[in-house]
Amino acid sequence: MSFKRLFSFTVLVFTVFGSSFFAAAQPEGNGNNSPKPGAVESKEGKEGNKLDVARLIFGHIADAHEWHFFTIKHEGGEPTEVAMPLPVILYHPEKGFFFFSSSKIADGQSYEGFKLDNSNYMKEKIVSDDGVAIYDLSITKNVLSMLISVVLLLWLMFNVSKKYNKHGSMKAPSGLQNFLEVIVVFIRDEVARPYLGEKYKKYMPLLLTLFFFIWINNLLGLLPGGANFTGNIAVTGCLALLSFIIILASSKKYFWMHMLNPPNVPVAIKFLLVPIEIISLFIKPMALCIRLFANMMAGHIVILSFICIVFIFAAINVYVGSGFLPVSIGFDIFMFFLELLVGAIQAYIFVNLTAVFIGQGFEGPHHEQEPHSEIVV
Amino acid sequence: MSLISIMLVASGTNAAAGGAIGAGIAALGAGVGIGQIGKGAVEAIARQPEAMSDIRANMLLMAALVEGVALFGVIVGILAIVL
Repeated sequence: MSFKRLFSFTVLVFTVFGSSFFAAAQPEGNGNNSPKPGAVESKEGKEGNKLDVARLIFGHIADAHEWHFFTIKHEGGEPTEVAMPLPVILYHPEKGFFFFSSSKIADGQSYEGFKLDNSNYMKEKIVSDDGVAIYDLSITKNVLSMLISVVLLLWLMFNVSKKYNKHGSMKAPSGLQNFLEVIVVFIRDEVARPYLGEKYKKYMPLLLTLFFFIWINNLLGLLPGGANFTGNIAVTGCLALLSFIIILASSKKYFWMHMLNPPNVPVAIKFLLVPIEIISLFIKPMALCIRLFANMMAGHIVILSFICIVFIFAAINVYVGSGFLPVSIGFDIFMFFLELLVGAIQAYIFVNLTAVFIGQGFEGPHHEQEPHSEIVV
Repeated sequence: MSLISIMLVASGTNAAAGGAIGAGIAALGAGVGIGQIGKGAVEAIARQPEAMSDIRANMLLMAALVEGVALFGVIVGILAIVL
């Protein structure tokens, strides 16, 4: 079968299966008033539908105290949620530590004086019944996803390092070594050496760890049922804070002297320039944080929105919804490919800019005139 | 009446309208910026085809940086809706 026929066949299969699945999920006719997204037609039902979509999207993006995989909707019965409850670890300033499974507070009931506060549909948090501010140190979905990605990364890297320990670097690479060597050499030659000069070896572990950590978490977030780890501003904030600390720790006195007292600058402009330089010192890591966070969150929101659009259209008319399905699925496939690319590129940019900022910290005095070599004609 | 007040009356002075308009304008900025990056890159490749991979790598890097700035605007739009 040639490529064109294979492609048309794939599109046909997706449309047929998608619309038949969609039609099976719809109730018969419009008389059924069950509160499913896409099956409601009254005005406050429309409001409920809209809030359902927002809750659906933010439920996939936000952190949660249980890992929700999917929900099976039965005809005329309670939908069963397939979710994994995660441990809740709380510190109450007066009562001490508490440790229990999140299934105890899953349905809004109060357990040992704590309950889940779902009023803000963007995220859920645990509040104490007596109103005291508590410290929530639970293993949430994002923490578990981070631990899984760390274990995965350590397993992959240790497997490859065993090969290097056994054979040294003179043997031809095999298996995963091939892929990792390409990336390590790329980061060394394109990112570390141009910006960090001779001291690049000290920073290679940092740059490589940042790159692989961010990339593998971006990829894991794309899996269905994956956690949106890098699309969380707390996570990217911590990564940017790490970069900021290392930028500060590796800056030299020359950098600070030049920032607070730029030479050859008139005094009046100095009053304008020094605050701008100080602000830019803080803004650069903040931009790193927000760039990664916004890219990842926006990608997930677009994919989820295009899936939800089908349900919103189906609230108008079942045939409008299922007619839009091939467009939605096609765009979703395109967005997933784009997200693969964006995940890798954002990891590379984070590492690149970290290297640039570290390098700016220890650049020395500019040479006035590079000695030009004479061209021999 | 100005265009803004007409749109506000039409949308029922919903704060979400401001966020949505802001996000749309941010997307406009991204389109213009990345389009100019693409134009410069394609012209450079046309002038010197053997530098194609260098130019392509730089183009992708610049495009991602410009898109980051546009997404700052989208985040502010989302904040306008939810805050």
